[in-house]
Amino acid sequence: MEQTPVTDPNTIATDGFRLHPDDEAAMREEIGHFEQPQAACIEALKIVQRRHGWVPDDAITAIARVLGVGPASVEGVATFYSLIFRQPVGRHIILVCDSSSCFLTGFDQLRDALGEHLGIGLGETTADGRFTLLPVCCLGACDGGPALMIDDDVYGPVAAGDLPDLLEGYS
Amino acid sequence: MNSQRQSPIYKSRLLQPVAERSPETHPLTWRLRDDGQVVDLKEYQSKEGYQAVSQVLNGHDPGAVIAAMKEANVRGRGGAGFSAGLKWSLTMQGGDIPRGYIVCNADEMEPGTFKDRLLMEQQPHLLIEGMILAAFANNARYGYIFLRGEYVESARVLSEALAEARDAGWLGPDVAGSGFDFDIALHTGAGRYICGEETALLNSLEGQRANPRAKPPFPGQSGAWGKPTVVNNVETLCNAPAVMLRGADWYQGLSGDGTDDGGTKLYGASGLVNRPGLWELPIGTTGGELLELAGGLRDGKKLKAWLPGGASTGFLLPEHLDLPLDFDTVGKEGSRLGTGLITVVTEDQSMVALMRNLEQFFARESCGWCTPCRDGLPWTVKLLLALERGEGEAGDVELLDKLAADCGPAQTFCAHAPGAAMPLETALRHFRHEFEQGIRQSKGKPHGDPIPVGEV
Amino acid sequence: MATIHVDGQSYEVNGADNLLQACLSLGLDIPYFCWHPALGSVGACRQCAVRQYKDSDDDQGMLVMSCMTPAADGTRIDIEDEEARAFRASVVEWLMINHPHDCPVCEEGGHCHLQDMTVMTGHDRRRYRFRKRTRRNQYLGPFIAHEMNRCITCYRCVRFYNDYAGGTDLGAFGSKDNVYFGRHQEGTLESRFAGNLTEVCPTGVFTDQSHSEHYTRKWDLQFAPGICHQCAMGCNISPGERYGDIRRIENRYHGEVNGFFLCDLGRFGYGYVNRTDRPRVPELRPAREREQEPEREPETLGVDTALARITEALRHAGRVIGIGSPRASLESNHQLRELVGEANFSTGINANEQLCLGLMDELGRSCGLPAPTLREVEGHDAVLLLGEDPMESAARLGLAIRQAITAPPSEYAAKLGIPHWNAEAMKTLAQDHRQPLFIAYPAETELDSLARDRVALAPDDIARLGFAVAHDIDPTAPGVPGLDKALKSRAAEIASALMSAQRPLVLSGGALDSPAIIRAAGNIARALARRASRGGLLFVRREANSTGQSLLGGQPLEWALDQLTDGNADAAVILENDLYQRLPEARVDSALANARPLVVLDHQRTRTLSRATFSLPAASFAEGDGTLVSLEGRAQRFFQVFEPGYLRPEARIHESWRWLHGLSVNLSGDTPGDITLDEVTAACSRACPELEMITAAAPDARFRIEGLRLAREPHRYSGRTAMRADQNVSEPRVPQDPDTALAFSMEGYSGFRHPHQQVPFAWAPGWNSPQAWNKFTDEVGGHLRGGDPGIRLLHPRPGLYHYDCDIPEAFQRSDTDYRAIVLPRLFGGDETSARAEPIRQRMEPPVLLLSENDATALGAELGGLVTVTGEQVCVTLPARVQVDWPRGLVGLPAGSVPMGIADGPVTLTAGPGSTPTPGEEVRA
Repeated sequence: MEQTPVTDPNTIATDGFRLHPDDEAAMREEIGHFEQPQAACIEALKIVQRRHGWVPDDAITAIARVLGVGPASVEGVATFYSLIFRQPVGRHIILVCDSSSCFLTGFDQLRDALGEHLGIGLGETTADGRFTLLPVCCLGACDGGPALMIDDDVYGPVAAGDLPDLLEGYS
Repeated sequence: MNSQRQSPIYKSRLLQPVAERSPETHPLTWRLRDDGQVVDLKEYQSKEGYQAVSQVLNGHDPGAVIAAMKEANVRGRGGAGFSAGLKWSLTMQGGDIPRGYIVCNADEMEPGTFKDRLLMEQQPHLLIEGMILAAFANNARYGYIFLRGEYVESARVLSEALAEARDAGWLGPDVAGSGFDFDIALHTGAGRYICGEETALLNSLEGQRANPRAKPPFPGQSGAWGKPTVVNNVETLCNAPAVMLRGADWYQGLSGDGTDDGGTKLYGASGLVNRPGLWELPIGTTGGELLELAGGLRDGKKLKAWLPGGASTGFLLPEHLDLPLDFDTVGKEGSRLGTGLITVVTEDQSMVALMRNLEQFFARESCGWCTPCRDGLPWTVKLLLALERGEGEAGDVELLDKLAADCGPAQTFCAHAPGAAMPLETALRHFRHEFEQGIRQSKGKPHGDPIPVGEV
Repeated sequence: MATIHVDGQSYEVNGADNLLQACLSLGLDIPYFCWHPALGSVGACRQCAVRQYKDSDDDQGMLVMSCMTPAADGTRIDIEDEEARAFRASVVEWLMINHPHDCPVCEEGGHCHLQDMTVMTGHDRRRYRFRKRTRRNQYLGPFIAHEMNRCITCYRCVRFYNDYAGGTDLGAFGSKDNVYFGRHQEGTLESRFAGNLTEVCPTGVFTDQSHSEHYTRKWDLQFAPGICHQCAMGCNISPGERYGDIRRIENRYHGEVNGFFLCDLGRFGYGYVNRTDRPRVPELRPAREREQEPEREPETLGVDTALARITEALRHAGRVIGIGSPRASLESNHQLRELVGEANFSTGINANEQLCLGLMDELGRSCGLPAPTLREVEGHDAVLLLGEDPMESAARLGLAIRQAITAPPSEYAAKLGIPHWNAEAMKTLAQDHRQPLFIAYPAETELDSLARDRVALAPDDIARLGFAVAHDIDPTAPGVPGLDKALKSRAAEIASALMSAQRPLVLSGGALDSPAIIRAAGNIARALARRASRGGLLFVRREANSTGQSLLGGQPLEWALDQLTDGNADAAVILENDLYQRLPEARVDSALANARPLVVLDHQRTRTLSRATFSLPAASFAEGDGTLVSLEGRAQRFFQVFEPGYLRPEARIHESWRWLHGLSVNLSGDTPGDITLDEVTAACSRACPELEMITAAAPDARFRIEGLRLAREPHRYSGRTAMRADQNVSEPRVPQDPDTALAFSMEGYSGFRHPHQQVPFAWAPGWNSPQAWNKFTDEVGGHLRGGDPGIRLLHPRPGLYHYDCDIPEAFQRSDTDYRAIVLPRLFGGDETSARAEPIRQRMEPPVLLLSENDATALGAELGGLVTVTGEQVCVTLPARVQVDWPRGLVGLPAGSVPMGIADGPVTLTAGPGSTPTPGEEVRA
């Protein structure tokens, strides 16, 4: 699965969302995998997010139309899952694991180092729109704690000193 | 988008070289390569791959598969330890019951757990083979691998493997020439720990909010879209091919005499140990042996406590290191085996802070369906934060006792809140003094303003 | 049957319910939130925990949620177990963590389920010392106010709104302790059943905004058992009054009709009662003065003067025509007929509609199938809607049909061991399960999404389809000559689905004003009856008393106007009827011009009333008593809520039947004397054999419980001494009610232990919310212990009946002109509620419906309007294209078009330009 967000900064915070025909086709193909169209809801949200970086308000109604369900049910799903973004995010998502093993191996220090380096706290986006920093459930990299994930790449163990080089790879 | 520079890229790995692994002793991992590359279809087939499917499906006796699984007593590796064979025997089949689904629970998110990732990233066909066997036994029409969204590498590997298997006729309208039809789709999630709860997983699969479902009806009666559905963990399903090929007796014999459970288990250790990692070992291996494999604690620190299998298990003490880590033994000590990957806590680490971290996790990951979990857990977080900051009041520890007791099994809708209650209850029992140290205020003074503690 | 043991006592229960429901039905109190009798169990709130024991030897037991546990034979539980009580106290404590301390300013206060349960559970102090969560609220339209801080996350709102009522614009958002219930975007809630959220929500998240405008605590309202007058469904309501205004309408539980739910028209349509321009005193407008000075204020008259002068004027008239009304009570219509004589009485209903109503009555008796109650509708397993759109014309019926169609596969569920009350499990099973629903109707309807097939046809073609279905079911029914292939196969499909159902329901009505459709529905019912089917036939009538008026009988409205226009009569008395809403203006004008005097009784200042020489202020449903017959043929009594003269001494409002009685005695020279409701009801019953049983529709004025009248006011009613103090510091005696067994007072019976039918408001100790109905029913969600109100009048009659053979020709499109059809509309489609706030705000802007081809042919311009021109009238509206709308027809919205437009061919004109695309509105 391709997960690299194709983010055009111009699509952030602009009105008049339009569902890309390729995306609609991809959603219809997803629907075919399930007994009911609603099942493709999460994937449909991810399809929009791959193109736009986040899920704009109007995308909710557009997806609802494709799935043939009510907009409230799509919004209910969109706001439930932590990896669906209903606000604009940065070009790169940093998921920093705050679960027990990483907590015991230095999450606090890593979070503070990230904060110092990026000037943001958890849940925030850098002013230049480059990074959004989010906490995440155990990344399943506990033998590499403290761990974090930038876009599709998992790193661990990450020391504060690794950060400058690490982040430089994401422009 | 890998950086060109030297980066601490994380790669899932088993800390046992090929030389130490054999088909007879390491059914889950003997095919894994030392270089950590994927065991592709060709290599898998050359190492007994899909032989179980060929034999079993062309034997046309689904009942025998269930019987073998029951006899081998493969217990659920997702943490609950329920017999997979028994589960399969309860699936509704026949008459006007429609064919249903096999769902692989690959939503590995239990804090401290990193085992399924290895199996999926490096040996996807073992899982696919296990699912085909499960489908055959349960008369399932279709399979889904419910994979957590963050496992990008697993998704890539599984997608390729599914295509390979389909091309080779292991999936599709006529699996292995047996006339049995079955195919699998990969479904990736979008976060939320609760999706690992099997009924919440089904709602998520249906594209709904991942609230769990009441049981009964169990998924085997009415699962995905109301059809009979079997949900098994990755590691559980990966056990099926070897059980079919080598039999239940062999499987039972894999574990030592110290345990009633059979087979091997992917064990692991994390926290401040010298060599955190993953090993396939006979079930019933002790915590002490694991700690030894992990090279002991870093900087010569002393062990204060340990979690036997994830955040939702109860704390054990150093004195428990000699116990065999199997489902029943650990259960007798007021904890659970869980996923069998231990997390160690060193003597200088604060239990209050750790508990706050754990409860924050559970409160944040609550689906918001039932009251104790939704509204009770955030209160525990706020109390723990207050204690951690030395702002506790008399009575707070007792309140925590009560909250832990009220979040027990059957009192809440699913096992999420009991999972939060178990570490809290055991921490309060074993390390009460640490919590009491946070109490600096007497009870009962009215507060001018609400205390802005605890953004959960 | 099953025996269960609760706190050491043994009880007999039905064994099919869950423990919570069983215990509540036994009168035992267990607190609960997420469970609701109509919505089933989901086990979310954990409030209803009890201790269950395996058997009599088990002394440990374990906590279970009573709502999720079957009340099977031998079940042993303790409600009063200490640990269970402690756990329930914990649950309510958690729920209250974020709940504001705003009861004193919360509109739910005093009828709040959360308050009741908190008190029941004994939670009275807060241990949580941290900051509460706060939320933003949404604008949800004119009906519902939103206050999310109060939410306790019981999920009832979305379960009702989406799962039960089929809404799609209210959802649960977010997760953990931050679940938000609202719309995906701010805006008016789309469901026509949104008002039920005010009762479904256990606390004050969703409140009645029409009530907020003039808020009064429940205990300070005066109530009476009411019947909704906004359509023919006959839903039972509890209107609440304070200071001479209706403040809110709540659902009044009826086990066979409305159950727990009302539609929004019924709940919010009462505003016309409170209009300040209502006629409150008799008025005189001499004809000559009115012609010379149309703006001149009418002269007001006292009661005796008015009666005397009207009597005098009528006495000088040659022949007086009485025009009744299907929105007025049977008693008022009867009294008018008494006044003018049977030969001079008109029902006030258009001829064609009256023909349809007559056919419906006749078929109700002769088709061989019974008319189901709403509860029975929910049990049907196949539905054909033939030329009717109940979501617009009788919305509560539409909601019942939805339940029938979405009913989960109960036999399969039973096989899996899933009890019917396990709501989420049933929902999962029902995802791909629908009972067959077929709709034949030209316009799109809200039920379309549930339909197996919907066919858009002209009325005559709908009738033909119906005749063909009957023929397919029973070949001895007449076939339809020249039916096209597509319709033939559709008819066969419908017939086969109806025949393979256990309980097929044929539902039709007067929406399209087509007798042929009704006759066709009758044939289908007869054919099903001959196949020994347990089916049903139900017809939708338009107005609150259409059925009753049809049974009472009389000449159609056109006849009455003709008598006046032709000079055969020279005076008229019109009862609660705006003739301009029924027939073309010119025709009404010319008839009324010949009526001297013209006497009009109404509670609204209608156009007809403004033409009256004498007008008499009539009571609305809130100020009077009377009997109505609903579309299922159920005669039901509505009761006066308040005495208008108590707070407005100048008001001279009386029931029309009382005014008309006054005129009668004056005219006949009898000794003047008042009449009571029981007398006029009895007289009506004697005068009309069809209505003989109406006296049994409700207990009479002598009814007492423990020697007491029924109190209209809750026992905490406050302020009575002060409320008239601005007028007079000495408090008058409370108004006396000679007509009914209810008292305008808190003094009287308001309990629940003694079963009774007519419950003004539901209250029981500890149960202040609408959930108090639990205490009045034989079992929760069952029937009132005193019997469900009303009495059914239309019963199938044995006899030899034949098929109707009068099959219309297929609709032929003309190249030059169109046919207009007027389609019912829920909001804005009826005479009285269209005058009410906030219904006026909720009305959709009117549009006309056209087929795509016709729109293209017309060259309807984007941004332009389309004008429909009939013989005498025309109307211009924005056009909307409906892809499958039948060619040659134009659809017009009821309430927004001149009368008579559908009587003959019309022409359509539009400006030049491009053609509108489907679904796109052409705007001015």
